[in-house]
Amino acid sequence: MTDRDTQQSNINKTVGRLCLMVLGMVGFVIALVPLYDLFCEITGLNGKTGGPYTFDEAKAAPDTSRLIRVNFLTNTNEGMVWKFWPEKGAVRVNPGAANTVSFFVKNTTDKVMVGQAIPSVVPGSAAEFFHKTECFCFEQQVLQPGEEMEMPMRFIVGHELPKNISSINLSYALFDVTDSVKVAQVNPASIAPAAGG
Amino acid sequence: MSEVIHADHHDDHHHGPEKGLLRWLYTTNHKDIGTLYLWFSFAMFLIGGVLALVIRAELFQPGLQFVQPEFFNQMTTNHGLIMVFGAIMPAFVGLANWLIPMQVGAPDMALPRMNNLSFWILPFAFGMMISTLFMEGGGPNFGWTFYAPLSTTYAPDSVTYFIFAVHLMGASSIMGSINIIATILNMRAPGMTLMKMPLFVWTWLITAYLLIAVMPVLAGAVTMMLFDIHFDTSFFNAAGGGDPVMFQHIFWFFGHPEVYIMILPAFGIVSHIIPTFARKPLFGYSSMVYAVASIAFLSFIVWAHHMFTVGMPLAGQLFFMYSTMLIAVPTGVKVFNWIATMWRGAMTFETPMLFAIAFVVLFTMGGFSGLMLAITPVDYQYHDTYFVVAHFHYVLVPGALFSIIAAVYFWLPKWTGKMYDESLGKLHFWLSFIGVNITFFPQHFSGLAGMPRRIPDYALQFADFNMLSSIGAFIFGFSQLVFLYILINTIRSGKPAEGRSWEGAKGLEWTLPSPAPYHSFTHPPKVTEAEIQG
Repeated sequence: MTDRDTQQSNINKTVGRLCLMVLGMVGFVIALVPLYDLFCEITGLNGKTGGPYTFDEAKAAPDTSRLIRVNFLTNTNEGMVWKFWPEKGAVRVNPGAANTVSFFVKNTTDKVMVGQAIPSVVPGSAAEFFHKTECFCFEQQVLQPGEEMEMPMRFIVGHELPKNISSINLSYALFDVTDSVKVAQVNPASIAPAAGG
Repeated sequence: MSEVIHADHHDDHHHGPEKGLLRWLYTTNHKDIGTLYLWFSFAMFLIGGVLALVIRAELFQPGLQFVQPEFFNQMTTNHGLIMVFGAIMPAFVGLANWLIPMQVGAPDMALPRMNNLSFWILPFAFGMMISTLFMEGGGPNFGWTFYAPLSTTYAPDSVTYFIFAVHLMGASSIMGSINIIATILNMRAPGMTLMKMPLFVWTWLITAYLLIAVMPVLAGAVTMMLFDIHFDTSFFNAAGGGDPVMFQHIFWFFGHPEVYIMILPAFGIVSHIIPTFARKPLFGYSSMVYAVASIAFLSFIVWAHHMFTVGMPLAGQLFFMYSTMLIAVPTGVKVFNWIATMWRGAMTFETPMLFAIAFVVLFTMGGFSGLMLAITPVDYQYHDTYFVVAHFHYVLVPGALFSIIAAVYFWLPKWTGKMYDESLGKLHFWLSFIGVNITFFPQHFSGLAGMPRRIPDYALQFADFNMLSSIGAFIFGFSQLVFLYILINTIRSGKPAEGRSWEGAKGLEWTLPSPAPYHSFTHPPKVTEAEIQG
């Protein structure tokens, strides 16, 4: 029955190829997460901003021909009871100039809590030109009961910002991450990386 | 029928199935496993149907009558999950098991033991998922699309059972697909080239590739959920640097090919039934094959049309709008070919043909509402309304489900050797046809008027449409008991059927006697011109 043997070996080959295809798709799913982040970073999709930006202020060359209005929005995520507000609702800045603004948080509870702010820029196409050299969103805030804190944020709007954009909205959502930080202290191996920025 | 081979049993010591219940547990026979799949999916169909009737009973009138919103959410979620993964998909796999070896002239599936495993995983998967409904805190309540963070941060504790149930279903589907592809590619009778394969075989070949490509993606999505819930990762949690929108992208990258997984085998079935009862060869065989292949390809590049409202750049919205509309072209080719097959045919209207014609008409209506939803600017109005509910029920109920029912009536004489009662079959058809339209047609109107989906209570102006919809749902639901009666009645006391049960039927399966012998085609049959569809 050589016919049957060749058929069986052909079946085995097909199954082998199909298993490789399944493995390939598993690999694709694993790659999807970094690919998605990369795609968002390149396109500015979802208004994701980059991490800490290095900038030599001595070489700063503000573009005085343009004024960009930057609006600041703050909100707390569901279940987060802290107060969170910007010093100013909006500022007008020149592209290429470094600016500092302040945000405030207050822990209104009687417990030690940890907060994490997540930024988002609208319009999304402005996200890649909105650079932060210093931001409270790069780290988590630990606040004692009733403590209030001023948090500076230093940013530059890039020269390359498209001409049609005259106003940028920067929104921060403040999350309560107390629980996950506690878990991480119990088991340091599972520390989740802090937000990119 | 004279050419039916009575195999010489030189290496075959048992001539029929084993006796007793263990037969079904140990069986590796493609016909037994097909039967198991079909009865399993029918049981799931009835359970999912009961959940649908709970939904429709609650929506009969505005206000809360029977169930609390929390329980209502569990009903919509489990209705969707059970119907998609428990009823439609296993029914198609059951048909594939029964028909593909007979249609390509093979003795059995390529991997019979794995076939047994891929079926027996399913009862455990669904047992686990349905058991969550009786747990403290309730079962899945986040919609069948299980968007994060509804399914992670805000999920009931039982979500872990749901995640493992999905893993099991995925494993079952992948094994089933590998088996189907291995059978089709390696076990065709000599002379049956790819372009001479029956269309049901073609559509399943492509469907199986889709399953292999997207089931790992679904498994990945639920695994990430599992990690977010139990291991403090933040794939979908913005507080930890993740992104809930990414969940939707991953889900629909699986989800859109998934909806074609549920319709492509239906195209194959209808392409067998219409030529049989029109007594004409299928019009445009090769264009049918290419149309199915193009639909399968397009299914991978249109996923974001499910999420136009998440805030996408204009370029993205335009791309997904146009690519979605492009699907209408190959689908239109198929509908045209079915109509052209019927054109000037010597048509008769037995029950399978009635269901097949209803499929063509009503599936096309579902396709048109799909085109409306594809238009990005108006999708902002239609998104998450009953218009979407009407759309996908038109393609899934009178689409996928009607094709399965048509297939059961069409091949039942071959499976059981007995003919069903034609007048009861017609009664079942007309009750289903009228019931389905009364149920889902008004939902177009309530959706266009702004009624959101997945709500237990609604504004007064939607009351009439909803009452109508509920009446239709109960007609449709209870008419499926007629179907169950017909099936049992046929198996017990149907009139004997001929080998070629239908006058115009073509294909290798009809060269076998009815009922098909437990082991068929132990020697490859001759593929004659007369039995080829193309």
